Amino acid sequence: MHAASAQPSWVMLAYLISGVFFILALRGLSSPATSRRGNRFGMAGMLIAVVTTVLTHELASLPEILGAIVIGGGVGWITARRIAMTDMPQLVAAFHSLVGMAAVLVAAAAFLEPENFGIAGPDGLIHTVSRIEMGLGIAIGAITFSGSVIAFLKLNGNMSGAPILLPARHIINLGTLAAILGLIAYFLTDQSPWIFWTITALSFLIGFLLIIPIGGADMPVVVSMLNSYSGWAAAAMGFTLQNSAMIITGALVGSSGAILSYIMCKAMNRSFVSVIAGGFGAEASAAGGPAKEQRPWKRGSAEDAAFLLKEAEQVIIVPGYGMAVAQAQHILREMADLLKKEGVRVKYAIHPVAGRMPGHMNVLLAEANVPYDEVFELEDINSEFAQTDVAFIIGANDVVNPAAKTDKTSPIYGMPVFDVDKAKTVMFIKRSMGGVGYAGVDNDVFYMDQTMMLLADAKKMVEDIVKSLQL
Amino acid sequence: MDFISILSIFVMACFVGYYVVWSVTPALHTPLMAVTNAISSVIIVGALIAASPAGDWGVAKILGLVAVALASVNIFGGFAVTERMLAMYKKKDR
Repeated sequence: MHAASAQPSWVMLAYLISGVFFILALRGLSSPATSRRGNRFGMAGMLIAVVTTVLTHELASLPEILGAIVIGGGVGWITARRIAMTDMPQLVAAFHSLVGMAAVLVAAAAFLEPENFGIAGPDGLIHTVSRIEMGLGIAIGAITFSGSVIAFLKLNGNMSGAPILLPARHIINLGTLAAILGLIAYFLTDQSPWIFWTITALSFLIGFLLIIPIGGADMPVVVSMLNSYSGWAAAAMGFTLQNSAMIITGALVGSSGAILSYIMCKAMNRSFVSVIAGGFGAEASAAGGPAKEQRPWKRGSAEDAAFLLKEAEQVIIVPGYGMAVAQAQHILREMADLLKKEGVRVKYAIHPVAGRMPGHMNVLLAEANVPYDEVFELEDINSEFAQTDVAFIIGANDVVNPAAKTDKTSPIYGMPVFDVDKAKTVMFIKRSMGGVGYAGVDNDVFYMDQTMMLLADAKKMVEDIVKSLQL
Repeated sequence: MDFISILSIFVMACFVGYYVVWSVTPALHTPLMAVTNAISSVIIVGALIAASPAGDWGVAKILGLVAVALASVNIFGGFAVTERMLAMYKKKDR
């Protein structure tokens, strides 16, 4: 029946091993100590899958295939070497778009010449099951591609991070989705090219429409969600090709992206549906918020900060994306080193949404040579603020706002936040008193008795503190 | 393989994925995304099949070769950037 089912057993076994190696690759990431071995498993799995496929097909095509691998691989390799760690979210979004596009191209090739893929009957018609799989594969692939391109443009700053809201967008989106599903169903009865290409075109369109209304603050969820889609696209193509390596990988990547989206939503106390519906951040910036009352606050100098830090027993540093923007992570680590020499215990507290993608802040700190065993997650360190002398907030805002715990009317109510208000002293590095976080809400921490506002560029301020510490 | 066998592999793999991903430490979520990106490019298998017919330079073969190149960007880029990130994670040495 299926030509693909005529694969020899060693081939099926090789793909299975490749799939198992991919599981081991993710398994290795349970701790930094085993992670690099995991990555090697991933590479080995990929090598097995590629070599097996090449060996079981026409070797005469090897020159052009190798050419394509060398060109693509070279571009990927050089990009990976050069990319700045702050730009990791854009890179990942760009990579997702390539997986999406590759899935579209493979599905299109399979549609044009189904015999090569062993999915057509003797009459030249494509098997019904294969048609569902191809339809879903090309739809998910196209959505992944155009969605990731928009996410890339927003993250890279080529496009404003502000949500773009079309009138009646929910109706347009639901209508387009319904049309895609309807056409996939119709494709089962009729494999005319126009149906296939219409599915493709509508899917490119919906990927674009789905991401443009989503604001910059929600991009971590979007990047995770597109990660998940790229997995499902691979899985759908795996069904078409009856390939276990592709199916296992697709399921792994699909679950991985879904779980990361869930973690990000929970960290922001947003429901997945409200993120996808989009528009977050549009209301706040449009309304401008209620007139702010003037409350007294204390301004500190780098010297004051250095003095208090040196005297402290324990300091917890709470970094946010502002720190990365100011490129203050290296000088921050120098500050921590000086403090450690003075006998101060220094810890870093990371909120799940501290960067522009899950785990981004951990990478940025690792790049600045901060040992990973000094870096703690929200739930592991939050109880320690009460026994902490200085909470040092740099480039973060919403994640330390107590309004999330107390003020039911606040847009960030319910979001888990650091209890920095329990620390003996709070140092808050901020460019000026004017700006507020993503959510556009005022922060009571600014006005507490124990808070010292350090108003300056984050990098400049930490440099000044380091100078004072060295005196 | 019949459809049910393939579906079984898929469903089992979803469960494996669920448990394995929850065991990933949050500190490594960015490398996790980079490496899942690399491995989802196993779609190159489909691209290789499309590109393999020798001598027949039809549209399908061209599409296949382009897909091979795109997936290769991801495979080399994804594994290399993951390796680069993971090499940065160090324990306290003092």
